[in-house]
Amino acid sequence: MPEWGYKININNQIDLDFNDKKYLQKLIESEPSVKSCFACGTCSGVCSAGNFTQLSLRKIIALVSRSEIQDLSKELSKCMLCGKCTLVCPRGVNTRNFILSARKLLNDIEIAK
Amino acid sequence: MKFDIFVIPFLLGLNFLLIYIIVRFTKWILSLNTEEKCKLRKYIFSFSLFKSLKEINQEVLLHRKIFKTNPLLGYMHMSLALGWFLLILVGNLQVKFFSPDPFNPPHYPIFLKFFEPNPPSYPFDKAFNFIMDLALLIVLSGAFLAWIKRFNSSLFGMKHPTVHSRGDKLALTALWFIFPLRLFAEGLSAAIYNNGSFLTNTMGHFFGSILPAEKLIYPAWWAYSLVLGTFFLALPFSRYMHIPVEPLLIIFRNAGITAKRKISTFAQIEINACSRCGICIDKCQLSSANNVRNIQPSYFLRNLRHHINDFDVIQNCLMCGRCNAACPVGIDSTEIRLAKRIEHNGYNPFKYDYLPSINPYRTDVLYFAGCMTHLTPSVKKSMTEILDMSGISWEFLDKDGTICCGRPLLLAGQLESARVLIDKNTASIKASGSKTLVTSCPICYKAFKEEYNLDIEIMHHSQFLLRLIEEKKISLKKSNRTVVYHDPCELGRNSGIFTEPRQVINYSAHLLKTDYENEKGLCCGGSLGNIPITNFQRKKIASEAIEKMGISKAEALITGCPLCKKTFAEVSDKPVMDISQLVACNLIKPKIEETKKATKKVMEDGAYSRS
Repeated sequence: MPEWGYKININNQIDLDFNDKKYLQKLIESEPSVKSCFACGTCSGVCSAGNFTQLSLRKIIALVSRSEIQDLSKELSKCMLCGKCTLVCPRGVNTRNFILSARKLLNDIEIAK
Repeated sequence: MKFDIFVIPFLLGLNFLLIYIIVRFTKWILSLNTEEKCKLRKYIFSFSLFKSLKEINQEVLLHRKIFKTNPLLGYMHMSLALGWFLLILVGNLQVKFFSPDPFNPPHYPIFLKFFEPNPPSYPFDKAFNFIMDLALLIVLSGAFLAWIKRFNSSLFGMKHPTVHSRGDKLALTALWFIFPLRLFAEGLSAAIYNNGSFLTNTMGHFFGSILPAEKLIYPAWWAYSLVLGTFFLALPFSRYMHIPVEPLLIIFRNAGITAKRKISTFAQIEINACSRCGICIDKCQLSSANNVRNIQPSYFLRNLRHHINDFDVIQNCLMCGRCNAACPVGIDSTEIRLAKRIEHNGYNPFKYDYLPSINPYRTDVLYFAGCMTHLTPSVKKSMTEILDMSGISWEFLDKDGTICCGRPLLLAGQLESARVLIDKNTASIKASGSKTLVTSCPICYKAFKEEYNLDIEIMHHSQFLLRLIEEKKISLKKSNRTVVYHDPCELGRNSGIFTEPRQVINYSAHLLKTDYENEKGLCCGGSLGNIPITNFQRKKIASEAIEKMGISKAEALITGCPLCKKTFAEVSDKPVMDISQLVACNLIKPKIEETKKATKKVMEDGAYSRS
């Protein structure tokens, strides 16, 4: 076959229907307030850890709500739990409990594997 | 004749109890580690032991701490403890005077009126009978109060007493009946033989006039012995285990043994020493503001004693320490809770490989604002202004981003992760070569004091401001403003800094008194110690605290903690200020030329020389 200098791109579209929603459901059970997040990003703006690295709670919540949990553990482990995000959240999301519950759940999943 | 078959239940109970206590205490002492054993040995053979004996007398018998906070409740506990102790002590003394036999069986003094209904006269017999009756009357008054308290605890100032388990109720009922039955049995004996004193004789003649004394007396002794036996059998498994354990706890505590960060032997002793009196329940703001009544030490320690690991109960606590301050036994339940959290969260620590190493300029005074201070820029700005004006050599450690002190992680039970942050911060503080570390956040202050191994002076900004004022580095004008001071939990109760903030406020405003000063200070509800608490619950606690402190009379609420400031600001209709803001407001500013001169001098001295 002749070499054309082109190749077909690998499909990088994400089909959310294939994602397992169980994780999100369980997380909402342990911290229901996360449902009221309207992605304003105040949490990411004040984040102490965000000063030094790429860490955005808004992104994490977005990933969780789409059940994209592949890189979540790494992201979550950057948090210093200082609680600034909890204090500034205009929707009263209990972010610290969200982060700890998410980590616990991920840990349980890894153990189950 | 010194035996009758009816004493068997009593003897069984007593022997079981004694064997249980000896085995349990021996196990505890053997399970201490070498260092703790050494401490205990040293302590027992020193004169300080008398201090413990004094404390045991004051707390276990007289219940001084409860008396101080609630005299009626104090009397109830004292009458039961002291009265019963007197009954045992005087009863045994009486037998020593009465019987030539040096070894009497343990039941002999207790059922003396049965074995010796008509004794020949012996020295001080009338006096002994009188004292015994008096002691019985004291205990009965306590038991009577206990009955009333069970039916209407609000008369004793307790809104929500502990809801007891079935085992506790059995032991409680047995305890209630011990002394009325003693009165009944001794009264009947007095009715027949006229051998009592003022109480038993009077009551006895009354019983005798309406009941057949001769027929009832033997069953009455049986009932008394049965109830005593039941109580002794139930004691080790009920809340009354606190009676033998509390003296042991006092000695261990005074010997310097602690329960730091793990459920050690000392923590086990503390768990067993809890009497579930329920004083902590009303003090807890989760109870008063949010009707959460299953997490207080009374229940939490009961769970631990019965090996129930309810994670929600362990997590749901503000860690404000109000329960510890009120506890009549002096149990540090917050430390036990922290140990439990660490046990539960020991998996998968956080990783902070992204953190840079911060190398501040070398300076005398290092200022660490902390995460929360960065969230309240007014505090940061005021501190910067004051420090600049004082003309000292200082440096801002976390100007461009804070590495958290690690206490929030620790409170969540993430000890290992906290260590990483602690090491990072320690390195940058040591690199600065400073002599004093000033922080604006009480949470950081407590962390630096207790978790870090820094050999420099650590000060909260209220302490440092006081020093600046006293050394005349800054001067303040006193305004007419009336203010109320709120003690932040981490600064006041948990770190013992009460006077310095008040002194600073007195330099610049008029301080009003509230009902919640010092040890009694209220939590703002924003505490990082509680993880599952909802935003709504936090706000309720804050509103309740504002209401209780009565800030309507004052013009502003002053606090020493940026977190408290932010939490209160949401619910308070009066301005909420940090101490540094108040100081910055009332600062007497020198003329501009003088400031310039001072700054120039500092520059020339090389205090600001930057490498």
